[in-house]
Amino acid sequence: MATVIRTPKDYRTNAAPWWCPGCGDFGVLRALQEAAAKLNLAPENVVLVAGIGCSGKIGDYFRSYSVHTVHGRTMPVAMGIKLANRDLTVIAAGGDGDGYGIGLNHFIHAVRRNIDITYIVMDNHIYGLTKGQFSPTSAQGFKTTSSPAGTADRPIKPLQLALSAGVTYLAQAFSSHPDHMAEIIAEAIQHKGFSLVNCISPCVTYNKVNTYDFYKERLVNLDEDPDYDPRNYDLAVETVRKYDELVIGRIYIDDSQPSYQDLLPGYAEEPLVKARLEYEPEHWQAILKEFA
Amino acid sequence: MSNELTWVVGGQQGEGIDTTGEILASALNRLGYYIYGYRTFGSRIKGGHTNYRIRIAQRPVYGIAPQIDVLIAFDQDSINRLAGEMAPGGVVVFNGKGGRGKLPPGVEGVRLIEVPMVDLARELGNPIMKNMVGVGVSAALLGLAPEDIEPIIDERFAGKGGKLVEANKTALRRGYDAALQALGEADGHLHLAPADGRRRYLMTGDEAAAFGALVAGCRLVAAYPITPASEIMHWLVKKLPQYGGVVVQSEDEIAAISTVIGAGYAGVRALTSTSGPGFSLMQEALGYAGMIEAPCVIVNVQRAGPSTGMPTKHEQSDLFEMVMGSHGDLPRIVLAPVTIEDCFYGAVDAFNLADRYQTPVILALDLALGLAKQTVEGIDFERVRIDRGAVALPDDLNWEGGDFKRYRFTDTGISPRSLPGMPGGLHLATGLEHDETGHITEDRGNRVRMMQKRLRKFTQVDGVEAVRYEGPEQPEVLLVGWGASYGALREAREILTERGVATGHAHIRLLAPFPAGPVAELLGRARHVIVAENNAQGQLAALMRQHIDSADKARLRTLNKYDGTLFLPAEIVEPVLAAVSPMAASAKEVG
Repeated sequence: MATVIRTPKDYRTNAAPWWCPGCGDFGVLRALQEAAAKLNLAPENVVLVAGIGCSGKIGDYFRSYSVHTVHGRTMPVAMGIKLANRDLTVIAAGGDGDGYGIGLNHFIHAVRRNIDITYIVMDNHIYGLTKGQFSPTSAQGFKTTSSPAGTADRPIKPLQLALSAGVTYLAQAFSSHPDHMAEIIAEAIQHKGFSLVNCISPCVTYNKVNTYDFYKERLVNLDEDPDYDPRNYDLAVETVRKYDELVIGRIYIDDSQPSYQDLLPGYAEEPLVKARLEYEPEHWQAILKEFA
Repeated sequence: MSNELTWVVGGQQGEGIDTTGEILASALNRLGYYIYGYRTFGSRIKGGHTNYRIRIAQRPVYGIAPQIDVLIAFDQDSINRLAGEMAPGGVVVFNGKGGRGKLPPGVEGVRLIEVPMVDLARELGNPIMKNMVGVGVSAALLGLAPEDIEPIIDERFAGKGGKLVEANKTALRRGYDAALQALGEADGHLHLAPADGRRRYLMTGDEAAAFGALVAGCRLVAAYPITPASEIMHWLVKKLPQYGGVVVQSEDEIAAISTVIGAGYAGVRALTSTSGPGFSLMQEALGYAGMIEAPCVIVNVQRAGPSTGMPTKHEQSDLFEMVMGSHGDLPRIVLAPVTIEDCFYGAVDAFNLADRYQTPVILALDLALGLAKQTVEGIDFERVRIDRGAVALPDDLNWEGGDFKRYRFTDTGISPRSLPGMPGGLHLATGLEHDETGHITEDRGNRVRMMQKRLRKFTQVDGVEAVRYEGPEQPEVLLVGWGASYGALREAREILTERGVATGHAHIRLLAPFPAGPVAELLGRARHVIVAENNAQGQLAALMRQHIDSADKARLRTLNKYDGTLFLPAEIVEPVLAAVSPMAASAKEVG
């Protein structure tokens, strides 16, 4: 059989994205399609698990098996799919509200389990689809429809949170640089264990503070710093704090940790979905005898 | 000699009271007696009263008996709580931590004897062995031989060293001898008539459901610990690794069901087990599973609510939530096993239905069904068929050359599904309303057709027992119930029949979609209908009223008990007799 060579177009669906012109999510979609092409993934072996919100629509635009979950539940649904079929590439995608608000609990537990999935968070520091309320990553004092006097809440710091929870692959990327983002996503997919790619994806409609220009002026690219070593945990912690998370590139990589699946007792090498289900009655009689 | 007795051991939680009951129950099972074992315990780890009650009979028993014949009391508190339930001629054996036991005032015709169970155990070097002394005492009272118990000790303490086995056997003998000495004569009526010695099995409903799930092909469990459902996860975590399967202890119930939905979508038979509070958290995901048509099985072992309610007490009050919970018009299947044995078959049915109808299936247990231990004659594994339902074949994929129509409109409402990894089966699975290919749409025509497609799947659920009926063709009285009250209702029917009231008993096994036809037909045969259930609002009765004609509605009476305990047969017989007599007022509440 001839090897199929895929291009980003192979991961496009017929649906036209329902995003505002200029939305950062276009860049993330493009990067994801480029990454898939770079790895030449067969669309039927990829499951994209998306959340709710503008970002969650990505599942309708990326051609693969696609699951659009309820709000905040991408992590456990993705985990169920990966455990059911370890041969699949499972990618979860959602927004900062979805992942760091309602789904924060699941996010931390997915990180600490080191389950082999890639999580792409499209972080725009705002709730867009519900018309502009502050999000868990919005800065304190941020004025929105639900915080006219400026929010009293202090923001979640996803990179520091992930590092403290034991993340084994952590990177941040920016929608204005989709090629760089694609490179990182491709690497994250190949990582054996949990990988988080926090994608800065500006909302051009509701967030007038965290704009493209805001980030262009501030973001520091760690991949361009020859002195930065993403295998140094202490340096990673120090760096994200020093720059108040305004960094892009590979932040922390640890390939030495076993993934969740590798630690499960008895968990088969072959996909669970192919496991034998039927046994002879005599087989079960032996277990029944344990009740005698 | 007796054909039936009830034995109880009582003491403080954390003192091994359960072990005493377990060992005796195992020994009695080996001798061929039928057992119904029921634990009463509180929501704490150590301290507080606990007791283990075993009804021992020569015929199948499915519930507790009203009176206690033998009470082994390790403290005065156990006597105070249980002496009022003693049968005339019953024996209370006491040994607490000093002082003599006292029967409460008004308790007569009961013999209290002192056996220094704790002191004997202490002499043997380990006070915890008082439990084994208690087993020995019980053997003497019930007319069993120490040799009947010893093999159980061998098995239970195997691997913990021969010294411990010997010490326990000595403790057993000491208790046995001391009881014979203390008893003297004239307690022969407590001796059990010999049993048939046939091999039968002792299991809880939680174990039976877990076993059924394993045999049905369940290979993934995701659950959050909760009383009284955790035993399902505990049993499966010991077995699934041998089948390549996996048990995930989730961070919460929302994660548990979401993981199960993910696995079900990807083609693995998966289960989550929970109880009321956890089931409440799963409501949103339940609707999601219905909308993306992913098979999943949820075992809800009900306990007393609302809210955290009484975590260790029995109730059947989640029916409304199981049948109607989650927002929107959500078809689902709710199955309530009738007996502990039926928890096995119910689990098998649940997985087949989940795959066939591509929908959430709720297996409704209750605390008594989940935790009581009962004799099971055997399991018929030949009866188990695994039906994976409509999974798309390679030829079905790439429907009409375009996107795969995962949610294709069909006459049955069931659309063959593709699983991730199948080329040509790509589709979007979304909780939003969608068209046949899964693409999101709010088109009015599509909405109506898609809703009708989902509902059409449930117009008839085939291949499962919907109602179990026992009794005459033309009963005067029809008793109706669900879940663990089967035992009490069955015995109530027997007692009423003996008293000349032709009584039938319908136990509803399929709660959703409700088997309106068969139930209406049964109601039509009887003059009086009494619905007995362990909740305050009469939830099953309300569900029946929703599905039956107004003439039948008027005849329906309710009997509700919601104090955290099971019905006793008399609590059904007396109101029924009152109801069928011309002078009777409406059925009274027992709660």
